[in-house]
Amino acid sequence: MNVMTMNALDDAQLAARVAQDIPDGSYVNLGIGKPTHVSGHVPEGREVIYHSENGILGVGPTPASGTEDPELIDASKRYVTAAPGAAFFEHSDSFAMMRGGHIDIAVLGAYQVAENGDLANWATLDETYPPAVGGAMDLVVGVPKIFVMMRHVNRDGSPKLLKRCTYPLTGLGVVSRVYTDLAVLDVTPEGFRLVELTPGNSLDAVQAVTEARILA
Amino acid sequence: MDKSVDDLARAVAPVTDGASVMIGGFGSSGIPFGLIDALLEQGATGLTVISNNAGAGETGIAKLLKAGRVAKVICSYPRTPGSIWFEQRFEAGEVELEVVPQGTLAERIRAAGAGLGGFLTPTAYGTKLAEGKETRVIDGRGYVLEAPLPADFALIRADRGDKWGNLNFHATARNFNPVMAMAAKHAVAEVRELSDAPLDPESVVTPGIFVKGVVEYGVRP
Repeated sequence: MNVMTMNALDDAQLAARVAQDIPDGSYVNLGIGKPTHVSGHVPEGREVIYHSENGILGVGPTPASGTEDPELIDASKRYVTAAPGAAFFEHSDSFAMMRGGHIDIAVLGAYQVAENGDLANWATLDETYPPAVGGAMDLVVGVPKIFVMMRHVNRDGSPKLLKRCTYPLTGLGVVSRVYTDLAVLDVTPEGFRLVELTPGNSLDAVQAVTEARILA
Repeated sequence: MDKSVDDLARAVAPVTDGASVMIGGFGSSGIPFGLIDALLEQGATGLTVISNNAGAGETGIAKLLKAGRVAKVICSYPRTPGSIWFEQRFEAGEVELEVVPQGTLAERIRAAGAGLGGFLTPTAYGTKLAEGKETRVIDGRGYVLEAPLPADFALIRADRGDKWGNLNFHATARNFNPVMAMAAKHAVAEVRELSDAPLDPESVVTPGIFVKGVVEYGVRP
């Protein structure tokens, strides 16, 4: 069994799956890349307040064309709006929110996640390329729930869910839950525990493309 | 007291070769483009630039890198799409890089401005970015001792300012600008509008005590 023959969520479906687990009234930080799509899928009726580390709490939708404000952007450097009830602040306050445990949930991408909750999402082993950490290390130490959203395997088929990360770590034992195109897994003291499979996949098939053991 | 400066060139005139220079901004928001252009014109070289990013395209910090004025960059995220000049200089070994987690960067700058000798943060504990640093375990949790990060100069961007040096900001253009104003020996601000009347004290975000000069540069990028 390889990944090509398995049922995989596309990016929008994956974002929608993560969004199901964002409760009403949460303060949430969405990492750059795929996690930014989660906000578009939160079920109607839930009020979620999005934090962006460049100094806004209450990130609103993308502005209509022609109304963009170049000084109103999110951490992905995309134009945004300020939602009703939004606030602006400077960087040390913004990171006090993150490090100080005030944000409820962060959704991040990852290169690798280990069964002990270690996260690698900022640098590879390629030393010729300048490393860029941004706010990831501050988020993972301060936000109680770290959700990782990623493909289950690399492009070459090699596993991203490992016994131990081989890339430089972003944080130690910080990941709560991993959402991939193939499955949802919780990080527990015993290791990865299956929450659900993308319909049509068997646990054996998903285990076959996962280095770490998956507990049923 | 009158801290207003009538042109950008005079505002950056004190910057010397080899100086450390904080430059505000995140992405393309809140960057003092006018002051950076004036610094390029002024010619100071061998600079240590402290900023969140390392410039993108052909504007801002990228211009200083392109012109070979930068010896070292201290930042959190040098890989913004379009950071071609940073990448070229870095790959050629012409620019030294110190990568600092973004919150640690902001807090090191704030600590310098607030007269602190450093702080303990859980950020980066156990990672490559804490190698060689003193650590401590408090109530079972690991922390890294981080040093204050001061600078000789800060170039910042604000929305409105007055002749007392008071500043306020627009939207997410605030970012690193207030803490950088605190941490530099000599901070100068370019403002979209230099107000003849004093700013409403309730609206002041950066009090004038942190600012040496205010220059109007009406262009909002």
